[in-house]
Amino acid sequence: MKPILEIQNISKKFRISHQTAGYLSLRERMTNVLKFEKNNTEDFWALKDVSFDVQPGDSIGIIGRNGAGKSTLLKILSKITPPTSGKIISRGRIASLLEVGTGFHPELTGRENIFFNGSLLGMKRKEIESKFDEIVDFSGVEKFLDTPLKHYSSGMQLRLAFAVAAFLEPEILIIDEVLAVGDAEFQKKCLGKMEDVSKSGRTILFVSHNMTAVDLLCNKSVLLSGGRIIKEGSTKDVIAQYLNEGDSKENQTDGEIIFCDTDLPIKKIEVIADGRKSMTTKMGGSLSLQVHFESKAPLEEPVLGLIFKDSQRSPLLGINNRHYIGNFNLQPMMNGIISVEIPKLTLFEGIYFIDVHFGNLFRDIQVIQDCFSINVEALNFSNKGQLPERKLNRFFIDPVLWSLKEN
Amino acid sequence: MSQLREEEFIIEPTGNLFNFKEIWHYRELFYFFTWRDIKIKYKQTMLGFLWAILQPLLMMTIFTLFFGRALNIPSQNLPYPVYVFSGLLIWNIFSTGLSNAANSMVNNASIIKKIYFPRLIVPVSSILVALFDFLMALILFMSILIFYQQPVSWTIIFYWPFAMLLSVIATLGLGSWLAALNVKYRDFRYVIPFLIQVLFFLTPVIYPITLLKYPMLQYALATSPMYVAVEFFRLPLTGSLPNLDLVWISLGSNIVFLLIGLIYFRKTEDFFADIA
Repeated sequence: MKPILEIQNISKKFRISHQTAGYLSLRERMTNVLKFEKNNTEDFWALKDVSFDVQPGDSIGIIGRNGAGKSTLLKILSKITPPTSGKIISRGRIASLLEVGTGFHPELTGRENIFFNGSLLGMKRKEIESKFDEIVDFSGVEKFLDTPLKHYSSGMQLRLAFAVAAFLEPEILIIDEVLAVGDAEFQKKCLGKMEDVSKSGRTILFVSHNMTAVDLLCNKSVLLSGGRIIKEGSTKDVIAQYLNEGDSKENQTDGEIIFCDTDLPIKKIEVIADGRKSMTTKMGGSLSLQVHFESKAPLEEPVLGLIFKDSQRSPLLGINNRHYIGNFNLQPMMNGIISVEIPKLTLFEGIYFIDVHFGNLFRDIQVIQDCFSINVEALNFSNKGQLPERKLNRFFIDPVLWSLKEN
Repeated sequence: MSQLREEEFIIEPTGNLFNFKEIWHYRELFYFFTWRDIKIKYKQTMLGFLWAILQPLLMMTIFTLFFGRALNIPSQNLPYPVYVFSGLLIWNIFSTGLSNAANSMVNNASIIKKIYFPRLIVPVSSILVALFDFLMALILFMSILIFYQQPVSWTIIFYWPFAMLLSVIATLGLGSWLAALNVKYRDFRYVIPFLIQVLFFLTPVIYPITLLKYPMLQYALATSPMYVAVEFFRLPLTGSLPNLDLVWISLGSNIVFLLIGLIYFRKTEDFFADIA
């Protein structure tokens, strides 16, 4: 099958001018001409030779740090700005939700805004009329349909905006950070709707910093950095690379992180999963950590703490050796290795971040946020061999016994 | 739907021409932008649509008192209020439309930065809003004609639509040019009201061009793209044909401004989202 979207060597150049205001003033332009000064500008490539293909029905996550070029790519795809060079062939209509609620006007009523916004997004008036009831239903604002938007709460505005966008039916849907706003219940609704869209066979391009959402929605991903693609492939691999690209580590190979800062005690952390140096383990596998430290002052009763967080950085579990007795030599020491071993890790399939806290009984000496991430692979642990819902679970418990009897 | 899937859309560095097929495809947006702007303009106003009538009515009164009575400016055998109102009516398409259009791109920057559609729709729709005000005021003008028992030639059926078309074209030319310039150089925000006022006095709206004794001056003033629209609008009332040379000059200037405006707009429109 031909790809639905072919992105061929797209580059985008911006000219940055070194001046105070973001836009030109005529006076400046004229005085520049009079002074025979060369324009004080610099070229900046926001995207350089980006190419990839998207197959029909794919959901592609586009991830990268701020300034990596994600938004520029989406702007080019949604035709808001043309590429400097390169070509995109699309075999379907593209609609973008670069920001939901674009064009909403506070003076117009909900009903009027649905029509204006819908038509801005490319719907025909008849299309909007036929879907009007569904849109209103989905947004849940039917009571306020004829009230000016300025009297809506921000949550209601958002729901209405998303409802309009959700009923667009393009072959390719571009979504940028829509989940960044709204309450938890609404976010769930949005995610559900997007899953429906992707299940219906349409193609989605999704830009987000929410790794859980990318992980759930996208089968493939593209990692951008400095305007170039640095990794492309299955979402899991791409997210793993993205997460391990932290700035706090000077040097990292799989299963080993080396620190070069002389003022701080931790020099090296080794991660051993299932008996080998690695950051990938299975559900129920073992995980151990060896922290090599060198302290300038003798350290009494060192404390090592780990905080496990999910990919949205919500903490799930925190442990440290103060809560356990034994195994520790209580002599003060300058350098050594402090280790922890978890023989059976009950984390569910997914990607987890780990914060490392190191100190003594009284205080933290060194805290490394998002020190590394581990990838926990699926294991069909139940006797039926089927995994429970991934959206719901962060941990698993095993064994679980069920029974049914008639009274 | 299956047919649509076969279609290929290509995104690449863009050419130099407007894609009229695409603009036609988006035709409903003209309506929606115009409709939105009219709604917003008259929402939360006490007098509502009456404002569209009130402004030219007050202007007519003032001009009649000062220019008609005090200065005794000739008015081609029309009662001066009729003369001045007919001029202001068609002029207002231009002045309101131009100021709407010139600010339209900046005012809609938040939409332009987020959603693609042919950008020309924005200034054109803002001119259509001015046309709506015109139609409102036209009703009042008809009653003024009846009040003064002004005889009207049957040629009205093509001179009026033609005058309206010419004024829309004049507005679009300068308007799209200023809209693009305004995005690029925010100075134009301050130039626009001044420019409109200067053009108002340089275009024979409230005085006949024959008031000027030197033919060279008449030729100079006829370069105003609105001159021919004003003359044509009044023609069925005065019945006197204007100097054809002047008409051609004005028509020519109208077309030149349209081309400059559209070409400049087209050249800059791709980058509106980057610089808005």
